[in-house]
Amino acid sequence: MTDAVSAGPRRVGAQGATRKSLLVADARTRRRNAAETRFKAYGIVAIAIAMLALVFLLFTIVRDGSGAFRQTFIDVPVTIDAAIVDPKGNRDQKDMAGVLTMSYGSMLEKSLETWVAQNNVQIEGLGKADYASFYSSQARATLRDMVLENPEIIGTTINVPALASSRVDGMFKGRVTAESAEIDARTSLAQFRLAEAMEEKGALTTRFNWDFVTQPDASDNRAEAAGLGVAIIGSAYMMLIVLVLALPIGVAASIYLEEFAPKNRLTDIIEVNISNLAAVPSIVFGILGLAAFINFMGLPRSAPIVGGLVLTLMTLPTIIISTRAALKAVPPSIRDAALGVGASKMQTVFHHVLPLAMPGVLTGTIIGLAQALGETAPLLLIGMVAFVTAYPSAPPEGLFEPASALPVQVYNWTQRADSAFFERASGAIIVLLAFLFAMNLVAIILRRRFERRW
Amino acid sequence: MNDMRLAERTVDTQGKPIKFSCRDVQVYYGDKHAIKDVNVDLEDKTVTAFIGPSGCGKSTFLRCLNRMNDTIDIARIEGKMILDGEDIYDRRVDPVQLRARVGMVFEKPNPFPKSIYDNVAYGPRIHGLSRNKAELDGIVEKALRGAALWNEVKDRLNETGTGLSGGQQQRLCIARAVATSPEVLLMDEPCSALDPIATSQVEELIDQLREEFSVVIVTHSMQQAARVSQKTAFFHLGNLVEYGTTDDIFTNPQDPRTESYISGKIG
Ligand SMILES: Nc1ncnc2c1ncn2[C@@H]1O[C@H](COP(=O)(O)OP(=O)(O)O)[C@@H](O)[C@H]1O
Ligand SMILES: [Mg+2]
Repeated sequence: MTDAVSAGPRRVGAQGATRKSLLVADARTRRRNAAETRFKAYGIVAIAIAMLALVFLLFTIVRDGSGAFRQTFIDVPVTIDAAIVDPKGNRDQKDMAGVLTMSYGSMLEKSLETWVAQNNVQIEGLGKADYASFYSSQARATLRDMVLENPEIIGTTINVPALASSRVDGMFKGRVTAESAEIDARTSLAQFRLAEAMEEKGALTTRFNWDFVTQPDASDNRAEAAGLGVAIIGSAYMMLIVLVLALPIGVAASIYLEEFAPKNRLTDIIEVNISNLAAVPSIVFGILGLAAFINFMGLPRSAPIVGGLVLTLMTLPTIIISTRAALKAVPPSIRDAALGVGASKMQTVFHHVLPLAMPGVLTGTIIGLAQALGETAPLLLIGMVAFVTAYPSAPPEGLFEPASALPVQVYNWTQRADSAFFERASGAIIVLLAFLFAMNLVAIILRRRFERRW
Repeated sequence: MNDMRLAERTVDTQGKPIKFSCRDVQVYYGDKHAIKDVNVDLEDKTVTAFIGPSGCGKSTFLRCLNRMNDTIDIARIEGKMILDGEDIYDRRVDPVQLRARVGMVFEKPNPFPKSIYDNVAYGPRIHGLSRNKAELDGIVEKALRGAALWNEVKDRLNETGTGLSGGQQQRLCIARAVATSPEVLLMDEPCSALDPIATSQVEELIDQLREEFSVVIVTHSMQQAARVSQKTAFFHLGNLVEYGTTDDIFTNPQDPRTESYISGKIG
């Protein structure tokens, strides 16, 4: 008030002396506008850099990883030789189960040899070894399982797509070239030519491969058979544990701290420590999990229960901090209104404050879950790196059985020698990103639904 | 209109029973002594106005009457506040029960971000005042009529309460407070966020409410106190300086501080 009064006349006087046209900006205004323009430019540059980085990241991941979702199969008729699969000729399951997968491999090789002869394909230097390593070693096992399950196919010739080896698969994804095949111990130029010929005649196709997301991991020399199934289940179990434990505990703790707890030294200390907890490196939580849950409580290693508990501890601070912020943002007048009509504190919180804070709570929870889903370091320490090919059973028992986790599977695959595993690691990252994207979508939808007009 | 009320007032103030009897009330916020030695008897079926300069403790004292100050950690209250013979600060009193009997309307309209119906029905619901939907409908209608809002909202009870105009929102809050059938209605500057037309509607409403409730209203407007109240209490720096019929306070103040406030010299 006094400001305006004293400033008024002075400015009028100053302007009166040198009144300037409004059509020409004075030096001060120009400087101010220039500063504003510069600031906007910085902002645009920053956003552009971020977007470029994101686009580059997505581009490389999709380029490297999309191959993991396609797989090369050999479509050559296979004759199930009764003399090999059922040497005693009695169709007895037990006796047939005694036949090694190796023998099934010879049947596959023979079918390929027959195909080459029938189609009159002539390739220099094509030998027995090339036929054998053309197939994935997974293919024999698949064929064996099939025969044991349907003994009636014995003696017939069936058309069953067989998994090609990762080298052959790589020829159709640019991983293996004629030059690299020549010097590679696990493939040869002859094999390369054979693959070309087979593809031309439609005996080799590369198609979409659900097995990548449903099948378990495979050993070092069977990259073509490795899948994410166990890792997805392990991650899903852990997310379930985190959601079931961290959401109620986190929300209850926040409500207590924000609405009920007296404001004193003790609650101040708790508050500071929760914030600190959010900043603790995740590997420390892994050590804690190892010491507390595995060594002290005796829970099994590599089990989703332990991973879930560790991730719960990590997620709690995130949920508590965001929930408290959401509760704080609810205007106190709403609390007054409810208390004023005689609602108890608990009714006030649960009928009015919490519903209004819900969008914030959900956002925090889903951000916390997303962080937990991508967390790798603590899981390494509690043994989630184990090579697991058996699916864990349904919860609750399944929570105590060994499983893998998506980010750990990515890490694991990048450590392996065969470059086919690198492709699969990138594919796994795509799956991980898809889950994160879905979670964010859920967060947005829930937030929209819970948002109330003020 | 004012003349008529002046006439009424002299009749009204005769022999009304005492609703609230406050003795030696002290309120501290930490070290700050916000209410000092206040003794006052508030009458039933009467509008009592608390006036005084800003920061003198009007809201503080009002909020003691339904123990809303309990929600402030650093607030400490001493003395006795007797509602119908019972000390509301007795250890056995549950403030939640008390607040159903002593309703409150706040300075800024604060409807719940729910439907108009749910706003009014909330109190009766949590206190179990109705046995079925029809009864609850009846309570809601009665409260909205009592708050002179029924005709404006009867066709849109399911619309959100926060979508109403400021004056309507404040009357909705009054309806919400009235719906639990309180005996005392506390209002803390209920018109300060309203325009003149909404203010006069609410003031008219306050005058009607007096028939059923004992109303205590905090106001910074002396004209408003003169228009709506029968009794006036003047607070200054935490002291209750003067308390009497509104007529006496405004026409014949005893204390020089009251006089200078009334004549606009302080505040
Ligand atoms: N929550 C609080 N914490 C600390 N001091 C408060 C609080 N509320 C009010 N006060 C203090 O108590 C005194 C009375 O305030 P209040 O009752 O709000 O005055 P009024 O309503 O008459 O303007 C003021 O000096 C104010 O600063
Ligand atoms: Mg006030």
